[in-house]
Amino acid sequence: MSEVLVLVDHVGGTVRKTTAELLTFARRLGEPAAVFIGAEVEVARGFLTSYGAEKVYVLADPELSDFLVLPKVEALAHLVEASSPAAVLIASGGEGKEIAARLALKTGSGLITDAVDVQAGEAGLVTTQSVFAGNVAVTAGVTHGVPIVTVKPNSVTPQAVDGAAVEETTSIVLSEAAKTARIVERRPRESTGRPELTEAAIVVAGGRGTGGDFASVEAFADALGAAVGASRAAVDAGWYPHAYQVGQTGKTVSPELYVATGISGAIQHRAGMQTSKTIVAVNKDREAPIFELADFGVVGDLHSILTAATEQVNARKG
Amino acid sequence: MKIAVCVKYVPDASARRTFSADHTVDRAAVDGLLCELDEYAVEEALRIRDDADDGQVVIVTVGPDAARAAILRSLQMGADSGVHVADQAIHGSDAVGTSLILAKVLEQQGADLVICGMASTDGSMGVIPAMLAERLGLPQVTLASEVVVKGSTVRVRRDGDVATEVVEATTPLLLSVTDQCNEPRYPSFKAIMAAKKKPVETLSLSDLGVDAGAVGLDAAWTRVVSAEERPPRSAGTVVVDEDGSGAGTLVDFLVHQKFI
Ligand SMILES: Cc1cc2nc3c(=O)[nH]c(=O)nc-3n(C[C@H](O)[C@H](O)[C@H](O)COP(=O)(O)OP(=O)(O)OC[C@H]3O[C@@H](n4cnc5c(N)ncnc54)[C@H](O)[C@@H]3O)c2cc1C
Ligand SMILES: Nc1ncnc2c1ncn2[C@@H]1O[C@H](COP(=O)(O)O)[C@@H](O)[C@H]1O
Repeated sequence: MSEVLVLVDHVGGTVRKTTAELLTFARRLGEPAAVFIGAEVEVARGFLTSYGAEKVYVLADPELSDFLVLPKVEALAHLVEASSPAAVLIASGGEGKEIAARLALKTGSGLITDAVDVQAGEAGLVTTQSVFAGNVAVTAGVTHGVPIVTVKPNSVTPQAVDGAAVEETTSIVLSEAAKTARIVERRPRESTGRPELTEAAIVVAGGRGTGGDFASVEAFADALGAAVGASRAAVDAGWYPHAYQVGQTGKTVSPELYVATGISGAIQHRAGMQTSKTIVAVNKDREAPIFELADFGVVGDLHSILTAATEQVNARKG
Repeated sequence: MKIAVCVKYVPDASARRTFSADHTVDRAAVDGLLCELDEYAVEEALRIRDDADDGQVVIVTVGPDAARAAILRSLQMGADSGVHVADQAIHGSDAVGTSLILAKVLEQQGADLVICGMASTDGSMGVIPAMLAERLGLPQVTLASEVVVKGSTVRVRRDGDVATEVVEATTPLLLSVTDQCNEPRYPSFKAIMAAKKKPVETLSLSDLGVDAGAVGLDAAWTRVVSAEERPPRSAGTVVVDEDGSGAGTLVDFLVHQKFI
């Protein structure tokens, strides 16, 4: 059976949940082979084993992390060449898509971005993408080279299966071109103690309707164990950091539950949350478009509703 | 400093966008405009030009005849000239084909700086900038939320998923900017009039020496099997919080759905 390469997304060896999802998709297509770039494979090993990585390629040269994008492309291109995989899966996201794009050109391969499903078809893999703000479902395949696919977070429930995780250490010689865009500083985002926005099962988001006060949104999020998101209007007003923006120019989220409060539901916002499984809206305007896609809506003032709901949820938890 | 900005003409996002029978985006059905995210690229180019001693900004677009409107809008914002690649054979090109054509134009232009938007609002793949860097062998400095140019050094802030990075490279290079980068200007009446006199060159694939067989729908390395409209999400229950009971019904719903 052919290998399916999965680029491991990690911070200092702590593997992100999307990687477990990719490994789950990879198992449908062949033998999952994780590609770990970094020095901390020790930290990652347990995770990769428990989500079914049969092999782990390790590239530990620190230089690979000193420059933007291209070193990772060259590492993957080397492995594609060496192992002729059935596909390469990469987590969607700014960097993931850029890596995939250049890898596709370097290896003469078809590229599919932002897949929400990947299946093994008779004539090769079949992906599903959700386009035009989630209004249209597109299925597609690759006709040339090794399929390079980026997959959106939360597209599948990760399956815990034991993998052999046989380690194979390799190294590559970076081209001069790969050393031209130097990362001179890296500031990891401070943890809020809440789940990571794109990985969270529940997201509570606030918009212009918060009037700048996110306290009730945060309190409700904490009662539900949720991540906090924001609309662009709230971000542009300086009420919440851009890292939490949901939508076309922010993060795409696909949680089990998305609670939109004080958000009208503009198309660019929908683009980032429309594939959420269940959508709840709290808005004082009955005519707000967000109610068109909400499974459950409450018309009223978000602060009083969220504050009361938070008390009730906390009371239930005892 | 010569700056080339790649802009795309896209269907208006507020209109209902559809696919044609051949699974390509139906560009005739709705009005188009300059991709809003490319306005940030044009704006950044204008700012860099105006800070440089002698600079010029050339706008490059690949698209149907109507795409000229995207160039015109950029010229109205203040760019100096435009290049429009239009050819029947381009129809249906994927990012691989489009980047091939753009790379040819950019090679001819020999700009010190190529600037792209973060993503097109119709395809929204956000891959063309990386592909252009690959094809042109230029340093890739992408998804910049803040740009500082000092002589030939470009330093940007890139807000990644898990970290904020500061990235540095020297020209010539390829830059892409996010909507956090600046506030695009609105063209003045004077600028709109002035734009009418600015030169726009139209090129075909043969002018560029691009083989028509290398682009277009048939040359794509991916194939769309089906494109189906999702049934619209049916609107659910909406309750009005008149007497303070809204919170209770909301919590009941969440309990019922096993979120609590
Ligand atoms: C190129 C481009 C990219 C964009 N990208 C994004 C993006 O990534 N993400 C994004 O979100 N937007 C994006 N936008 C902006 C988008 O078009 C909307 O402007 C934005 O989403 C509006 O935010 P909002 O819903 O918070 O504000 P509004 O549209 O102003 O809605 C506020 C809502 O709050 C309600 N409200 C007010 N007070 C209360 C109260 N006390 N209690 C309850 N409800 C109340 C109002 O009834 C209203 O419905 C983009 C736009 C463009 C052009
Ligand atoms: N047809 C095109 N003509 C010119 N520039 C383009 C075209 N398509 C994409 N671009 C540029 O590439 C960026 C990213 O586009 P995309 O990869 O399609 O999301 C856009 O913001 C533009 O700067």
